[in-house]
Amino acid sequence: MAKRSIIPFGPQHPVLPEPVHLDLILEDETVVEAVPSIGFVHRGLETLVKKRDYKQYVYIAERVCGICSCGHGLGYCQAVEEVMGIEIPDRAKYLRTIWMEMSRIHSHLLWLGLLADAMGFESLFMESWRMREKILDLFDKTTGGRIIHSINQIGGVQKDMTTPMLLDILHVIEDLTAELKPIVETFLHDYTVQSRLKDVGILSREDAVTMGAVGPMLRASGEPYDARLLGYAAYKDLSMEPIISTGCDSYARCEVRLKELFQSFELIREAIGKIPNGPVNVPVKGNPSGEYFLRIEQPRGEAIYYVKGNGTKFLDRFRLRTPTTSNIPPMAEMLKGCQLADVPLLILTIDPCISCTER
Amino acid sequence: MDEKNEIKIISLADFFPAVLAMKDKGWRLAQICAVSVEQGYELSYSFCEDSSYRMVTLRLEIDENQEVASITHIYPCAFIQENEAAELFGVNISHIKPDYHGTLYRIDKSAPFKKKE
Repeated sequence: MAKRSIIPFGPQHPVLPEPVHLDLILEDETVVEAVPSIGFVHRGLETLVKKRDYKQYVYIAERVCGICSCGHGLGYCQAVEEVMGIEIPDRAKYLRTIWMEMSRIHSHLLWLGLLADAMGFESLFMESWRMREKILDLFDKTTGGRIIHSINQIGGVQKDMTTPMLLDILHVIEDLTAELKPIVETFLHDYTVQSRLKDVGILSREDAVTMGAVGPMLRASGEPYDARLLGYAAYKDLSMEPIISTGCDSYARCEVRLKELFQSFELIREAIGKIPNGPVNVPVKGNPSGEYFLRIEQPRGEAIYYVKGNGTKFLDRFRLRTPTTSNIPPMAEMLKGCQLADVPLLILTIDPCISCTER
Repeated sequence: MDEKNEIKIISLADFFPAVLAMKDKGWRLAQICAVSVEQGYELSYSFCEDSSYRMVTLRLEIDENQEVASITHIYPCAFIQENEAAELFGVNISHIKPDYHGTLYRIDKSAPFKKKE
């Protein structure tokens, strides 16, 4: 008869840059249930919306997380703009799109590095993060910040990009496209990588939808949902199809993120080719009154921003449903039946962002 | 942006039939949001239909101590956000599966976002 035991996993663990805890209920070395708990670094940032005026709050929204900073600023600003009926200039929409895709590239490269590191593939880790540095340098050049950009504002963006900056982005994208190819080859075809990822952590399409998976985790189970197709920012003018895989395993999640890197390169190229001239923001008068639920596609998946204004400069409520919050239930489902030795890598394949979850 | 924001205010009596109807139509649960208001809570349950990219929010307005039954037997993924609403806002949600009874969030203060007296 199998021996039943409970192993605490986290909150501190070598594969987890941030604290999350799981009680793993095992029969011998097979996981039969995983019970997550969070809140070790909860900051209560949503409630600060009652103490900072709605324009100042942009700076707090983008500090929810260092990886998704650009997206949180954009999501919050766009939700407030919807409430106030503000139409931002077209150039600002394109600039937001370019920065969002740069954000996706650096997030996916960060994840690839972490995955390589978790598998003991040090040189692959180093190469992934070396490439990510180039994107962070571009952020530094175009926004003034590598991690926290402070670029979005209610009514548009704070800074414009000059033509040399846009050309610089194109050059870096071109370099990265070439440099990424051997990395992709290793991630997708190396024997060791395949043996760690293939047929491990199966999440069927049905389970992914039922358990609320979003982002690459959902698309790797064959569900073609990508919130960018809603057409926010400049996405309605760009051509894109959701990248999916039907593998439903850890390998498929890796494959989707790798292909999304090339998709982001293409979106940036197209956006730079189409970006119109003109102003990058409009003046904003008055205070928000009303409410709005807004969805955007963050690198880790769909994020939902809710704002509720009362006609004063302080909002009644800001709510952020992060992609990781949505991906925790499917992760717990996916862990059932896996081997204890695979748990660290499986948790990593959802690309957990605890900083976002502990907003 | 062209997305229409539909928010439907419904009574507690109509809540379950409405959630079941969403499930029957194949809509997924996107988020649950609790807001502390003067008389108690506003609970918003957003559902999405991904082929047409539509989102509909069902809004419940309840008194402070009024009990709301969990929807985890209809949408199993609701457990994380229902436990969150219960632990951070003090919403009285019964029969959550699994119910963490205050241990999802490892925080010292009980219901820190509940409306102060």
